[in-house]
Amino acid sequence: MKSDAFLDITDVVCPITFVKTKVALEDLDDGQILELRLNDGEPVQNVPRSLKDEGHKVLTLEDNGDGTFTLWIEKAGLS
Amino acid sequence: MSQLTNEQLERYSRHIILEQVGGKGQKKILSAKVLIIGTGGLGAPAAMYLAAAGVGHIGLVDFDTVDLSNLQRQIIHLTNDVGKAKTQSGRETINAMNPDVQVHAYDEQVTAANIRDIIGDLDYDFIIDGTDNFPAKFLINDACVLMRKPFSHAGIIRFQGQTMTYVPDKSPCYRCVFPKMPPKDAVPTCRQAGVLGVMGGVIGTIQATEALKFVLGIGELLTGYLLTYDALTMTFRKIKIPRNRRCNICGEQPTITELFDYEQPTCSFGR
Repeated sequence: MKSDAFLDITDVVCPITFVKTKVALEDLDDGQILELRLNDGEPVQNVPRSLKDEGHKVLTLEDNGDGTFTLWIEKAGLS
Repeated sequence: MSQLTNEQLERYSRHIILEQVGGKGQKKILSAKVLIIGTGGLGAPAAMYLAAAGVGHIGLVDFDTVDLSNLQRQIIHLTNDVGKAKTQSGRETINAMNPDVQVHAYDEQVTAANIRDIIGDLDYDFIIDGTDNFPAKFLINDACVLMRKPFSHAGIIRFQGQTMTYVPDKSPCYRCVFPKMPPKDAVPTCRQAGVLGVMGGVIGTIQATEALKFVLGIGELLTGYLLTYDALTMTFRKIKIPRNRRCNICGEQPTITELFDYEQPTCSFGR
């Protein structure tokens, strides 16, 4: 899937995972897509939910098979 | 403004997570300029929370030095600071707390002659009145009305406190509520009457909250209301106050068009 920006948050833990994702989305325009690499476990459980809470659209989640996932998010909302 | 550093993302993470703040809001805080007049009971906690929040420029106005009797409530000053200029002591605490904050010190008492220059020095966005006397409170109000600057008024004594926020064109000013100076010695200062140390914490922190909300442009400010707090009965009252069309400074036909100093009432207890 085509994306407008890429962010790797596998090197940080909660809540910096969400903080970095949120700030990366702020730099995009509505409708643009962020490609996010994140760890299995707590990040993959919580980050997509927090993004939905802020009105963003979670498009696809792919298991990379190495303990990480790739998430595509479409920026939406007022932020 | 430049991107937030990894350290800033971590330091301010609990702000950035807030839907109403985010990275954009934190950047607004980092470029904000807040002037705190008086670094005492009210100004000390206000300054510390604003410094922790990352307000980029904090102005501290105080002519006094730290006295041992200040330490029961003026938490920005430490025992080792006794005898030091309050602005210097405040600067040291803030610098130790947060390197993102630049402190601008004004070692003087605000007067009709200097207050415009102090507020204008950095063209401060918001002013916090943390003073302990009526001449200063009227002067700060008058200067902010004439310079069209938002400010937070507050006062504390014994177990009581009050605060209100002024925003040009949007709210009554301090003089709308209190048109004139109270007669000399009618109202004691906290030097004479005493004050529970935490009063400054409760009210000064509300003032800091108002400054942050103003900078962020979120929520509803304490404009058009006087908030009173009685610690003994643990009662908060939010009293609606109208604009006074005949207010001497912000009314339709203002009679005060220039700044002036009221006589500083002499205190029988000395300083």
